[in-house]
Amino acid sequence: MTTPATELNSIIGSELDSDADQFLTFVLGEEEYGVDILRVQEIKGWDSVTPIPNTPEYIKGVINLRGTIVPIVDLRQRFNMPEVEYGPITVVIVLKIECEDRDRIMGIVVDGVSDVYDVPPEEMKDAPDFGSVVDTEFVRGLATVDEKMIIILDIDHLLSGSELQAADSISG
Amino acid sequence: MAQFHQTFFEESFEGLDIMENELLNLDVGNADNESINTIFRSAHSIKGGSGTFGFTAIAEFTHVAETLLDEMRDGVRQVDQVSVDLLLKSVDVMRDMLTVYKDGGDMDADNIAAVQTELENLLGAGGSSTSADDSGSTTENTASAGWIISFKPHVEMLRTGNDPIRMLHALSELGEIEVVADISELPTFADFNPEDSFISWEITLTGDIKKEDVTEVFDWVEDECDLDIKPIASESESPAFESSETTPADVEASSTKQPAAKQAAAKKGGGESASIRVGIDKVDEIINLVGELVITQSMLGQIGGEIGSDADHNSNRMEKLLEGLAQLERNTREIQESVMRIRMLPISFVFSRVPRLVHDLSGKLNKKVELVTLGESTELDKTVMEKIGDPMVHLVRNALDHGIETPEQRLEAGKPETGTLTLNAYHKGGSIVIEITDDGAGVNKERVLNKARANGLVGENEVLSDDAINDLIFNPGLSTAETLSDVSGRGVGMDVVRKNIKSLGGSVRVDSVEGKGSVFTIQLPLTLAILDGQLVKVAEETFVVPLVSIIESIQVKAENLNGIAGKADLYKLRDEYIPVIRADHVFGMSNSQASLNDRLMVVVEGDGKKAGIIVDDLLAQQQVVIKSLETNYQRVDGLSGATILGDGTVALILDIAGIIDMFKEKSAPVPPAPKGNGTDSDIADEAA
Repeated sequence: MTTPATELNSIIGSELDSDADQFLTFVLGEEEYGVDILRVQEIKGWDSVTPIPNTPEYIKGVINLRGTIVPIVDLRQRFNMPEVEYGPITVVIVLKIECEDRDRIMGIVVDGVSDVYDVPPEEMKDAPDFGSVVDTEFVRGLATVDEKMIIILDIDHLLSGSELQAADSISG
Repeated sequence: MAQFHQTFFEESFEGLDIMENELLNLDVGNADNESINTIFRSAHSIKGGSGTFGFTAIAEFTHVAETLLDEMRDGVRQVDQVSVDLLLKSVDVMRDMLTVYKDGGDMDADNIAAVQTELENLLGAGGSSTSADDSGSTTENTASAGWIISFKPHVEMLRTGNDPIRMLHALSELGEIEVVADISELPTFADFNPEDSFISWEITLTGDIKKEDVTEVFDWVEDECDLDIKPIASESESPAFESSETTPADVEASSTKQPAAKQAAAKKGGGESASIRVGIDKVDEIINLVGELVITQSMLGQIGGEIGSDADHNSNRMEKLLEGLAQLERNTREIQESVMRIRMLPISFVFSRVPRLVHDLSGKLNKKVELVTLGESTELDKTVMEKIGDPMVHLVRNALDHGIETPEQRLEAGKPETGTLTLNAYHKGGSIVIEITDDGAGVNKERVLNKARANGLVGENEVLSDDAINDLIFNPGLSTAETLSDVSGRGVGMDVVRKNIKSLGGSVRVDSVEGKGSVFTIQLPLTLAILDGQLVKVAEETFVVPLVSIIESIQVKAENLNGIAGKADLYKLRDEYIPVIRADHVFGMSNSQASLNDRLMVVVEGDGKKAGIIVDDLLAQQQVVIKSLETNYQRVDGLSGATILGDGTVALILDIAGIIDMFKEKSAPVPPAPKGNGTDSDIADEAA
């Protein structure tokens, strides 16, 4: 059974494993996190934002992304990690979030972008409950690449509107 | 296929609107050929389309209506009120059927059958005739010894891919054929365009041939040629025919008139097709991109200006660059204006719903009403248009039901028997004003006031100005109609009208003179996409205050400030006290208790409530494009959206009514948790 994709891969001699998902990884402190690369719209340097009043601390504000108003979330603050000064390699990863009703665009502030990895589904492990640092409900699974552990995030859940609202009401 | 369906439905609904409009405008008894042609063409294309897509029920029904129209078009049938009403009913039936095909659901088969029977009865009864060149008629089944066909293609017929030779071949298969070509129209060789058709034919077809078979050959070119099919020797053959046939003079008159009318119609058709159908999302995308362009342009302009002022670079080339930048600025602004105009449509789209309503309602209420519409070409944004339709229709209903009196009452009051309802639209500043004027009874102030007193809206001894009394009718639960009808008067309505209009950022008010009539005036922003804003600075951030909600901006004078329980401040503004809102507190951006003396205060009104908002600075006034925060985030209290400023940064737009509400809540003991900016440390102190 050859699907068009595998056929194409064999033709162009690509080493792409058609079953493997690709993940863009980034670092927060010592940890490496991954997001589905198909959700990544763009990566841009940190620039000033317009803060929105009366929103949770981790909502840094909104930016103008080619005419659209896009909210920016500080992932460190979202995960209750210690804050750091934003530096020259601090980047914003602009992601597409699929909510129940529609797609949204959001940006996350991370310490820096790391790499792109192929992760076959069978290598994805369920996340154990690892306490307070990152709530397991935001984690899709764990993957090991080159002896490193990568935490694959469930971004829809992480940044969805209902989640924001829930957080909003707690912090408010 | 589905995409064609969509287009078919859109076009058919439009066609029905056209039919309805033309029918209402028909001068009964003296209908002009062009209107009937227009109606006929709409019906015809609906029939054709629905046949193609397999919506046979519509095709069949439309066919009957079309037959009636065809008789009118040929002058065989008088255009009388009965048939016009019946055709209007048919339009409704067709609209219902289309809706069922489009959205699913069940057809009202009884109603369809009833109207169809009515149509058929009318066709049968009024049938002093079956016209000889009645191409679409079902009653037509005459066969004769043969036919004389005069076939004159329009110049452009060949371009539609129809070949006369093929048609002649097809005819020759039906019977014995004799063709005479008329080449008198043929131009000189120099002017000859091989893609145009100049030849016409006189065809004599003999044999026992049904008329349908003949017309079928010409089915595809019906609209692209002048076609006349006459039975051979019709003059001598049947007396019945002769009696129904119009006199030769009439024939001539109508046959010369008809092509003229057709041509005029064709010209009009050409004008209609000069527009294209574009999805609104595509337009919005362009608007977004142009917004970006404007920002880029202003950025370039700024850099250009900076370099230009640098003396070292002040060369010839620099001058050219600055010139180019100025040119860019002009062009960009023009593009922006044109793009915004794409979304603008004439208000006739809304007004066109009214004639039918007036026609139906005046019949139902036994009132005589003349409708006058003015300023139909006044343009406003599509989104506003979609939302203003229902409130406006409600006001019209109201004017007909409560405003205009019955003919007897009117005569008694010394007024003409026929009431006048006037719709007027015009631009005023950045808004559109719609006036709905009737010369009816006006608002009965005493009754309104009594009712309001009975409902406890107004105190027993309160004295109200006339305007205030008129304004009461927008209160919920105040309907003064003596009899409730299914037209209006359920006591919900006027308040909903006001609410809807307010939600669009507009206002509605009524001026009324008892016995003389009322004027309802709706004022709306031209577009929901743009807002006139005052930029203000609060705690280092720029915010936009909608200009419509600003009453004035003043400098706070300490002697006019009054504290209440040490919490809220009230400001004495002339003869009233307004609450003072510290915007930075409401937004939790700072907690500075700095003296308010000499600070700037913007006096605003939202939802009928006034307040003063303390700001740090007043910046420019400018038009801003409104962007939703909800697209990618969510609604935020006190903000109605965001906009992008000239330098590309985002500024938030204040929702004045929301802020006033927030302020009230915040005046309650629990303070907000302010956000960021290093002021966190002193929150706790302020909590008390």
